[in-house]
Amino acid sequence: MPSFVITEKCDGCKGGDKTACMYICPNDLMVLDPNAMKAYNQEPDACWECFSCVKICPTQAIEVRGYSDFVPMGSSIVPMMGTEDVMWTCKFRNGVVKRFKFPIRTTPEGSANAYKDSKGNDLNSELLFNEEAEGVELKKPIATV
Amino acid sequence: MAIPNKPSGELKAVVDPEIVEKEVDILIVGGGMAACGTAFEILKWAKDETVLLCDKAAMERSGAVAQGLSAINTYVGDNTADDYVRMVRNDLMGIVREDLIFDLGRHVDDSVHLFEEWGLPVWKKTDDGKNVDGKKGLKLGTLKEGAKPVRTGKWQIMINGESYKRVVAEAAKLALGEDNILERVFIVEILNDKNDPSKIAGAVGFSTRENKVYVIKCKTMMVACGGAVNIYQPRSVGEGKGRAWYPVWNAGSTYTMALRAGAELSMMENRFTPARFKDGYGPVGAWFLLFKAKLQNALGENYVASDSAKKQLESYAPYGTAAITPTCLRNHLMLFEMKEGRGPIIMDTVSALAALGSSMSPKELKHLESEAWEDFLDMTCGQANLWCATNTEPEKKNSEIMPTEPYLLGSHSGCCGIWCSGPDESWVPASYKWDVDGVVYNRMTTIKGLFTAGDGVGCSGHKFSSGSHAEGRIVAKQMVKYVRNHAGYKPELAQTAQELADMVYKPVKTFIENSGYTTAADVNPNYCKPKGMTMRLMKATHEYGAGTATFYQTNGKSLEIVLDMLETMREDCEKLAAGDLHELMRCWEIYHRIYTVEAHLRHIQFRKETRYPGFYYRADFPEQNDKEWFCFVNSTYDKKSNQWSLKKVDYVKIIPD
Repeated sequence: MPSFVITEKCDGCKGGDKTACMYICPNDLMVLDPNAMKAYNQEPDACWECFSCVKICPTQAIEVRGYSDFVPMGSSIVPMMGTEDVMWTCKFRNGVVKRFKFPIRTTPEGSANAYKDSKGNDLNSELLFNEEAEGVELKKPIATV
Repeated sequence: MAIPNKPSGELKAVVDPEIVEKEVDILIVGGGMAACGTAFEILKWAKDETVLLCDKAAMERSGAVAQGLSAINTYVGDNTADDYVRMVRNDLMGIVREDLIFDLGRHVDDSVHLFEEWGLPVWKKTDDGKNVDGKKGLKLGTLKEGAKPVRTGKWQIMINGESYKRVVAEAAKLALGEDNILERVFIVEILNDKNDPSKIAGAVGFSTRENKVYVIKCKTMMVACGGAVNIYQPRSVGEGKGRAWYPVWNAGSTYTMALRAGAELSMMENRFTPARFKDGYGPVGAWFLLFKAKLQNALGENYVASDSAKKQLESYAPYGTAAITPTCLRNHLMLFEMKEGRGPIIMDTVSALAALGSSMSPKELKHLESEAWEDFLDMTCGQANLWCATNTEPEKKNSEIMPTEPYLLGSHSGCCGIWCSGPDESWVPASYKWDVDGVVYNRMTTIKGLFTAGDGVGCSGHKFSSGSHAEGRIVAKQMVKYVRNHAGYKPELAQTAQELADMVYKPVKTFIENSGYTTAADVNPNYCKPKGMTMRLMKATHEYGAGTATFYQTNGKSLEIVLDMLETMREDCEKLAAGDLHELMRCWEIYHRIYTVEAHLRHIQFRKETRYPGFYYRADFPEQNDKEWFCFVNSTYDKKSNQWSLKKVDYVKIIPD
């Protein structure tokens, strides 16, 4: 189910410092044609359909078309990313449309606590820093053979 | 695999790339769940030690969790780590490293608690037994505070995990610092120390964005780049070969880089061929466990409950008769039906949802439907589209289930990987731990200073996403300890930076020197392209190496043939050609895949029994043979002599039945 870029909607991320889809694709598939200033999927048969490019595209220029070797035509699934939820529109081949909204995150983006000021003490114990700080006792098997 | 007739893509490669030399104390290779765990934990222990992480992709969406997940499969909660060991041991037919599994089980929940704190929505169970999503469930408190998760099985909990990897990577990047991270740098070879090859001295790789080769010296490193995918011909061979069940970019780099550095591998014969929704490869766990759906054969029979199935399972006691049937045996039963002509295998979603819905209000029914779709949309979007394209509403139309092509991995329901030391504790058998100058380092491989985690650690499957993260954190502390104890070590490389750069960029040189000879760049007698080599590997494994073509069967003669083909492929890899940086990445990936597959098949050749019926069969040794083979199989490779050595290693039981 490879991703494709809608010519009219793609502006090559010229307003940004990097092309969003090219930045995010885990398999290095999305590239920018610098002359046309349009992105494209350079290797559709290596696309995992992870939707990372679809979700990150600032102009909603990227969608996905089902793999030609087993997916009948005419359906689509399109995500709209919010800061707390994703909204999916799923269109069936027969015209049925279903919409779903799911939470994606319960905290503001960028707020994950990295515990930057925390330091562990005993390098020779098997406890992780957090476990050590909380006074966790290292478990041992209840019984051994 | 660049576009046909467009070999020089948008990022053209040049013959003489810039060489960037770096020296750090600790190198992290990989950016998935394990590496994010390491990145998060490591500066809590490091003082002045320097750390660098290299990821082939962008951490926000790299690794197996890039697309998201709908469940966390390892959360111990009210269970014990001892029972966790028992479950993993039974699923993997008895031969596992119980020290590593127990160790993981006692730490994994701390990572899950962090995920929830960082913002991962975790489903909760209300006091009156209703399921609520992770946003509404916030009112019920966190898992750490004692709120009840929604358990689908004994170990699995449901999440709203579309942004799982983004959340985990955010904490990892904040903790380690952007300055200590190189994204889009693909490490391709581990370098041993010039004066003592039993030690690690660094690694070499290249940027997939600029013509730059990175030569990095380090005192210790972790290699955690996932498992191996697209190594057997997939069931879909056109565009659909990207729809691999495991991430298609996992190229066996973990195993190949480690084995070429001389690290001992273990249980590389183990593989995973998950039974999933046909073609879309959507997850089935929630359908079995949460929605209680049943399978039927073509005759509409619940074949799993049949007398013949029970008999099959009894012949694999005690594993087959345990409360939870091992994953490979569930496949075995399915394959038995298919071979008897009673396929296809159908999941009866219609009856399952009708049964659940019979006592529900319309609103609750709507929520149930949403849960079913979220299971796909959170982690296998393409399966949702396949349902849309085939007008499949699961309450109205059933779906087909099918075992996939084989995958190699050590973190999911498989256990191939690298032989690693366990923790230095009295309950861990002496043969499971080893020292450097009197100090044991947990998760260190047999190469001094080389660590691994996640899919890399052999003999301890069922870690999944959370366990891989926890294991990465375990390794972080051990690497700091290693560096602290080897502060005076000055790593030296056996080759010059230029020699290394020439090695990495050899496919570029081959392309530029020869591509003018023919009018079409992809067909040239003087080189081979990675795309062709990938198809060659897949065809060989498919036909001889227990792929889907033979219902996962192989035998001694077939293995002899395919191993000979792999040796020829490795010779031909000297003539791989890359017209651009993307294709250079594909060249190194296929090189990694071939070595990993060779390790897999050499192990299958060595183990003269069928340990994992349903995953693969030695047709010439169709039974389990506990008398001779209730042991690990370990292997090493010597790259100077191109020799593989395999041996049996004793299994030691730690946790009683």
